[in-house]
Amino acid sequence: MAGLNHYLILSGVLFTIGIAGVFLRRNLITILLSIEVMLNAVNLTFIAFGHFLGSADGQIIVFFVVTVAAAEAAVGLALVITLFRHMETLNPDAFRQLKG
Amino acid sequence: MAVVSTLLVIAQPNPIYSVLLLICSFVALAGLYVMLDAPFVAVTQIIVYAGAIMVLFLFVVMLLNVAREGAVAEAEAASDGGTATARWFGALLAVAMALELAWALNRSRGIAAAPATGERETAWSVAEIGKILFTNYAFAFEATSVLILIAMIGSIALAGRHLPEKKPWRG
Repeated sequence: MAGLNHYLILSGVLFTIGIAGVFLRRNLITILLSIEVMLNAVNLTFIAFGHFLGSADGQIIVFFVVTVAAAEAAVGLALVITLFRHMETLNPDAFRQLKG
Repeated sequence: MAVVSTLLVIAQPNPIYSVLLLICSFVALAGLYVMLDAPFVAVTQIIVYAGAIMVLFLFVVMLLNVAREGAVAEAEAASDGGTATARWFGALLAVAMALELAWALNRSRGIAAAPATGERETAWSVAEIGKILFTNYAFAFEATSVLILIAMIGSIALAGRHLPEKKPWRG
């Protein structure tokens, strides 16, 4: 049986992978996927703590996180579609029109 | 398995393979949730994440058809000097994050070892979770539904802008 520490380490590794993806990749869709990875890492932490503390609150918070992730994915992808229609690219370095 | 498939998600140049590997990662995490006595969250994870959200992502990837274009743009960006600096900074930040997490875990070892007393023998049933969700967290639940409504309206307003014939109120 794996202990709480193992789950926390796995969650930390997943979160770091997500951060690396956000900073290293230059593709809007991959960046959104990395954000989902980070949300999942946090979910794993909630579930692990909920399990080891004998509380259902962790699972309920994960439920809300999943809902927020769904909303974020919908709005983010709508933004990506709109940007792609305007700029014909998914490279975030190309979106410099807002820069002063 | 979760770590390997997630690493491949980041390393994959083609977004379609990225999405498919992320589904694999989510399924692995769902298995972990079952091991942690949370079958409801595991099922939610598979249905909502691996089902709905990933289908949405795949749909957008295929709609935009950027598999090759994205790789070319990325190769161009890699040769750019300023972007290279940003990438090194990002890598450094990720390594720093990993070190910080390892440090925090090391410090909290005493705390993490203690709370094994609260463990339950049986898994949480859906009925129990539902009861807590609709009593203690009823307001948060309603707020979430409003959030979903806002997200729905927002994404329709953002993505549906170029269909003027079907939306007479826009002229």
